[in-house]
Amino acid sequence: MDNTKRYERLLERFRNGDLDRRSFLGLIGAAGVAYGVQTPFARMAFAQDVTQVRFDGWGGVVSEAFRRHAFDPYTAATGINVVDGTFAGGDEYLAQVRSSREGEYNIAHLSGVFDYARYVNFGLDVELNLANIPNMELVMDALTNAFRGITPDHLSAVPYNYGTTGLAYNRKYISDEEMREKGASILIDEAYKGKIGGWSDWRTRLWYAALQTGQHPNDIQDMDAAWDAIRAHRDLALKYWGSGAELMSLLAEEEIYVTEGWSGRIAALQEQGHDIGYYDAPNSFGWQECLFVIKGSPVEACEELLNFMLAPETSIAVAEGQNYPPALDGTKVDLGEKIPTLPAYDPTGTLESLTFADPVYWNGNEAEWSETFARVQRGF
Amino acid sequence: MIFDFAICAHVQSAPSATQDVAMSVEARERRQPWVLLAPALGAVTLLLLVPLLFIVVYSFWLRSAVGPDTAGFHLDNWQRALTDPFYRYILLNTLKIAAITTFFCALLGYPAAYFITRSSGNKLILLLLLMLPFWISYIIRTMSWINILGSSGALNTALMSMGVISSPIQMLYNEATVILGLVHFLLPFMVLNIYVSLDGIDTNLEDAATSLGATRWQAFTQVTLPLSLPGLAAGGLLCFVLGAGTYITPLILGGPRDAMFANLVFEAIITQLNWPMGSALSLLLLIVLGALVALYNRYLGMSQLTKGLG
Repeated sequence: MDNTKRYERLLERFRNGDLDRRSFLGLIGAAGVAYGVQTPFARMAFAQDVTQVRFDGWGGVVSEAFRRHAFDPYTAATGINVVDGTFAGGDEYLAQVRSSREGEYNIAHLSGVFDYARYVNFGLDVELNLANIPNMELVMDALTNAFRGITPDHLSAVPYNYGTTGLAYNRKYISDEEMREKGASILIDEAYKGKIGGWSDWRTRLWYAALQTGQHPNDIQDMDAAWDAIRAHRDLALKYWGSGAELMSLLAEEEIYVTEGWSGRIAALQEQGHDIGYYDAPNSFGWQECLFVIKGSPVEACEELLNFMLAPETSIAVAEGQNYPPALDGTKVDLGEKIPTLPAYDPTGTLESLTFADPVYWNGNEAEWSETFARVQRGF
Repeated sequence: MIFDFAICAHVQSAPSATQDVAMSVEARERRQPWVLLAPALGAVTLLLLVPLLFIVVYSFWLRSAVGPDTAGFHLDNWQRALTDPFYRYILLNTLKIAAITTFFCALLGYPAAYFITRSSGNKLILLLLLMLPFWISYIIRTMSWINILGSSGALNTALMSMGVISSPIQMLYNEATVILGLVHFLLPFMVLNIYVSLDGIDTNLEDAATSLGATRWQAFTQVTLPLSLPGLAAGGLLCFVLGAGTYITPLILGGPRDAMFANLVFEAIITQLNWPMGSALSLLLLIVLGALVALYNRYLGMSQLTKGLG
């Protein structure tokens, strides 16, 4: 019997005087206990009867675009509701997923290669049947191959968008010529002491330290030099920012003149009319984001939703909203007018102009480097 | 003879039955507080003690470079937390920032509390104004300083428009702004505690002191101030403990180097996914702050603190 009906029936009996107060409360309590005890098992019993899928992403315009172009049509077609959650950062989200029960979280909009590898290492991956996701045909192979390097025999995610973490600068104080001349070294230029920013992410700090010391970010040989570059940046920086909103605020309010920044966020600042330049120095930090299906999820229902999300109209709307190019191959799909103008966009569909982080190299050193960065950041 | 025995037995059993009734009433009275406390104790056990136990267990596990943590009984995390100069430095810096914050809260909070206590008629409005900041999110209140002290914030704009400065002064993102943000957050706790203490002091005592020849200042320093010290101490303890456990303020208002111990816990658990080390660090902070609370309880008692909170 439905619990609401049970409550209403008992309440009616109580109001009619057929039930004394003590019995009424006792029966309500018993119903609560029974419901609490049976719910986990009922979930297992109903596991095949999917009524909802949970999606977690970055919120804002992206969520709105997903809701309008993917979630609502998906619900209309399948009858399955999409519960839309948001998170502030990938690390925080992984901590939540690890401490949750299997099946609580289903699909997440994650950092393409780092998070993919981390989730696989924690045994949180599933095996997708790509035959159920026909829109995967439209996705750039270069993005999918990065995942195949980690799980050669299967995929647990589909690529969704990509971008770069390049150099953002206020043109009022730094010219385009100066930026091109100095490149990543401008972040350790004494002339801008107190007006330099940086993301508090250890990977980005080390990536740029590699560029500043003339090393390839996927093969840093002189770690001491890299840490010294991070120390130099730390001493010149005004603030390490922790979110896209903070990055935009620091640049827009002219608290800082130069920092590395996310291509989409800088494009958003430019759209707002701020005279902020964006420059991808050689070996600038390229990255991709994916839609990852987490272990314990109803895989077939998720595959169907992924197909809706990869549909060109959805991908393009999301891409235009967040200012990051979609994973769709521009040589196969007409991406409209705006997307080819976005920073980091690659019209060839090969992404050869971008440098992506080698997940095996970076994740293999994560434990040591993330901890060392925490110390270096605080003056050690 | 049989009848005599029966009477005798009845006479002997009467006081025993009374005793039994008295004992059962006494037992019920003894049980009653526990019955009433049971829901609260159950909640504390389930929501505080059990999770704490998990954290204790986790602190003895080991983080593996990739994949799930290694269960077992290892002292590595504790050894590092207790011997590594990095953690010691951050812990001492945290205690220093909390102490400075507490000092400024006391300095600013005492006159405010004194004013509220001595004001006639509008006490309620003043207390309401004091509570008003709690209705706004702590994060929003902290971020408001960016609009006040930022390069294009209210203060710099005002100074520049008055011609006092020609270019903005860099006021944000340093240890001073972290302390400022903490004082802003914690000041109401200090004022409330001192207010409760001052409100309980008979004002005739000050009058008596002045009538005996003391100046107003002497009456304050030798009568009112000593009597209000328990409130000041309770406010100090609250401000110190809350200040030492914060991580949002340094994150928003601090520079690259500014961090407090709670930031290390956050980073260990969220960024580095090193839950065992994060557990050891959070327990270390708990032990240090718990020791301070225990010291306070030993010498001043917790009653003043609960008065202030009530």
